[in-house]
Amino acid sequence: MSYVTKSPWVIHYDGSSCNGCDIEVLACLTPMYDVERFGIINTGNPKHADIFLVTGSVNEQNIPVIKQIYEQMPRPKVVVAIGICATSGGIFKECYNIMGGVDTVIPVDVYVPGCAARPEAIIDGVVKGLGVLAEKRAKLPAEIAEEKRQASEDAFGAGAAAETSAPETSGPETSGPETSGKEED
Amino acid sequence: MTVMEFESILKIAVPVAAYILFAPLLGGLLAGIDRKITARMQGRFGPPVLQPFYDVLKLLEKEAITVNSSQDFFVGCSLLFMIVTGCLFFAGLSLLLFIFALTTASMFLVAAAYSSNSPYAQIGAERELLQMMAYEPMVLIAAISLYIVKDMTFNIGDMVSSGVPAVILLPGVFLGFLYILTIKFRKSPFDLSMSHHAHQELVKGLTTEFSGKTLAMLEVAHWYENVFLLGFVFLFFANGTLAMAVVGVVVCLLAYFLEVFIDNVNARMKWQFALNSAWIVALTFGAANMLIVYYRLFGGGV
Ligand code: SF4
Repeated sequence: MSYVTKSPWVIHYDGSSCNGCDIEVLACLTPMYDVERFGIINTGNPKHADIFLVTGSVNEQNIPVIKQIYEQMPRPKVVVAIGICATSGGIFKECYNIMGGVDTVIPVDVYVPGCAARPEAIIDGVVKGLGVLAEKRAKLPAEIAEEKRQASEDAFGAGAAAETSAPETSGPETSGPETSGKEED
Repeated sequence: MTVMEFESILKIAVPVAAYILFAPLLGGLLAGIDRKITARMQGRFGPPVLQPFYDVLKLLEKEAITVNSSQDFFVGCSLLFMIVTGCLFFAGLSLLLFIFALTTASMFLVAAAYSSNSPYAQIGAERELLQMMAYEPMVLIAAISLYIVKDMTFNIGDMVSSGVPAVILLPGVFLGFLYILTIKFRKSPFDLSMSHHAHQELVKGLTTEFSGKTLAMLEVAHWYENVFLLGFVFLFFANGTLAMAVVGVVVCLLAYFLEVFIDNVNARMKWQFALNSAWIVALTFGAANMLIVYYRLFGGGV
């Protein structure tokens, strides 16, 4: 079992919005809804966060901010777009400076529609996000191993990497169940 | 002879092993109860009591990101010295050595925060140093006062098994120690360098640049620390009898509850207030009490 789902820490960023959804997110933390019941904590720090809650649409100026927060979060991480603004640009879609929803900048895992999204819907979205988080957690070790392999290949230079990549990729795949089978034989 | 030697080793090894194994469990449980009580005080339901354990286990599952190679080393050393400090305490060794080891552990934490070069972590580290300046005099006064009333010994093992409970002679020192306990537990109004709650003035202060396993180590170190700090409170009550031991444990729990309460009814103060008030309390309650005890002992004889 993965503990990620039992202690999801969130970070909240409000883009180009009317602040309606922003306030609804904060409402989730109040005694009325009390998301800490599920172990959810609102951190102001991307390095501590597991879930990125974005409200509001993306404009030219907050692209680097959103990207930076996303990149600073350690994996596994999940992005939840809250409100119709964050989903597609919403009421601001036609504005000259608006890019659209959050997914124009970073990959989004869960969309919570609504204008404004209700706290119940937001909590629902976060809980949906937990499922994605658990899936990502399961894939993480393989992902990191793959990256390490890639990095060590890059260190040998482009030419060497092209030569060695073929046998190396087949290496770990065959060495798993097959070699153990051979030993039993 | 060898049996005696074996016995004396056992006398140290058993408490140390028990401390290393059970202190994080107890510390984590206390942290969970803290969060539950805090939630209830705020009219919320609150997380499960085991939530701190879930948090730490979750942090262990996260991807490791460190800003430099020395950061993990410093945090690891801080955890190690926290454990050593507790071992010194529960093995019943010198109280002075205990205080120095505790300071070393805190210094490693400050070094870790400084090493990251992040402005938030650095301000957190500066504030942590100020907090250390604030509580250190009172800790030393407490140690010296205990030394005076417990027949001139710094040996914790002798302190807990002899004489009158120290709190009878040292009520001022005890109150002063409770005051700085708020700083040590990182509770409002003195959670300047790092907070458990979502105050975002300094992001997360000291711990801003730590994530995953590093943060988990820090959290576990804090659990170890809380346990021996409550042990220090116990020191004021123990005199070797079972009755006083029970009283001591009850007072430890009450002290912890008091700190949670103080945490919830106070907003964060500026560092000037923390430093000034801690020193004033140390001087009025701590030093005055120490001098009275000192003159009672030596003034009468001359
Ligand atoms: S979705 Fe509606 S309430 Fe939410 S930020 Fe956009 S306009 Fe405001």
